[in-house]
Amino acid sequence: MKGKVYASLEAAVADIPDGAQIMFGGFGGAGFPNNLIQALARKGTKNITAISNNCGTREGELGLMFKNNQIKHVIASFPGPHANYFQERFAAKEVTLELVPQGILCERMRAAGAGLQGFYTTVGVGTEVAEGKEERFLEGQRCILELPIRADYALIKALQADELGNLTYRLAARNFNPVMAMAAKTTIAEVEEIVPVGAINPEHVMTPAIFVHRIVQAKGLRYAG
Amino acid sequence: MPAKTRLTREQIAQRAALELPDGAYVNLGWGIPNLIADYLPKGITVYFHSENGILGMGRRAKPGEEDFDLVDAMKVPVTLTPGASFFHQADAHLMTRGGHIDVAVLGGFQVSEKGDLANWKIPGAKGSGSIGGAMDIATGAKMLIVCMEHTTRDGAPKIVKKCTYPLTALACVDTIITDLAVVDVKPEGLVLREVARGWAPEEVQALTSAHLIARQKIPEMSFV
Repeated sequence: MKGKVYASLEAAVADIPDGAQIMFGGFGGAGFPNNLIQALARKGTKNITAISNNCGTREGELGLMFKNNQIKHVIASFPGPHANYFQERFAAKEVTLELVPQGILCERMRAAGAGLQGFYTTVGVGTEVAEGKEERFLEGQRCILELPIRADYALIKALQADELGNLTYRLAARNFNPVMAMAAKTTIAEVEEIVPVGAINPEHVMTPAIFVHRIVQAKGLRYAG
Repeated sequence: MPAKTRLTREQIAQRAALELPDGAYVNLGWGIPNLIADYLPKGITVYFHSENGILGMGRRAKPGEEDFDLVDAMKVPVTLTPGASFFHQADAHLMTRGGHIDVAVLGGFQVSEKGDLANWKIPGAKGSGSIGGAMDIATGAKMLIVCMEHTTRDGAPKIVKKCTYPLTALACVDTIITDLAVVDVKPEGLVLREVARGWAPEEVQALTSAHLIARQKIPEMSFV
């Protein structure tokens, strides 16, 4: 059986091609795969479609990839007040944006992971986000159709992985990471510690190994914003 | 009549805190709502939900106590209260959208007479705008309170017949608490419940472009 543990960050992202659709975990400075992001920046992958809650904090988190002009389209809920490199590219029309309500962003990814072709919701009805979407009247309420968001890769951050890819997360650094792990063809987790199979109590596993394809230990940058 | 004053942001938060029932699960938005946690009345226990996956969020962390894996939705290091739990973002919004949050308190740019809320983008403002969790929270909370100044800095009413700013959600607001009044959104229209000290209902109406229903003698806004 081919092992999931990669020796380096570079090896873990080596095959990510130009034009890839990539999810990036993290929220509020916590749980960002900052070391994988730095590796992808060094690799120089271009024309990325990025799916992320926000668009970076100055050069931190995804900010570096906007600074390097590696991202052409972003699906996000809260680009954020300190995403200056994104805002500059957006104003110059070098990057396009689909703005999605945060919970709907989660649920569209979850739908992708769950093998669902979408769902109807009352969130966004009558607002800008409803434009161009199918509307139906269900259970007495106006609803819009939301479609799944899939990805070629998910770059996520966890606390511990065992060698099979079972993951745990620390405090509120969990956030988007488990949802993205389910929704991508290839999920790459940077973790603080890799432990032997069986070392994580099965009752404490937060993301089961079936959703995780590559694991790399990263001791460097934890908070980049 | 006593001198007319407008409530401070802290006083609006203090008034809003009185609306939280004991035992409620509560989500507080950015701005004035974020101040409410400091003003809970004695004997009232509520459980704060944070959209990044925390239930039972406590006070802000003191210097030296910060852990940057334990932050609120504004990226501020916080603490936990006993019985707290963590979960992923999809479950956090399952709670907001699925009707599990008893009371949400959000800031607002405009509220309409039908209870429509606009709170995420100012028309003509530079940049992309950011929605965050506001649409999920406004749509799904069992009760939604909006805390805001009664008028803009230029004096334009923020309680309006119809919102002209980009909408967050339709017919979602239950109560509006401003520096001048408490207003309930009812099927019959906007009902004036309280006015700030020294203000007559007609004076509040003059700064409101939607019609306010003032049924009886309107009591003064209370704080404690």
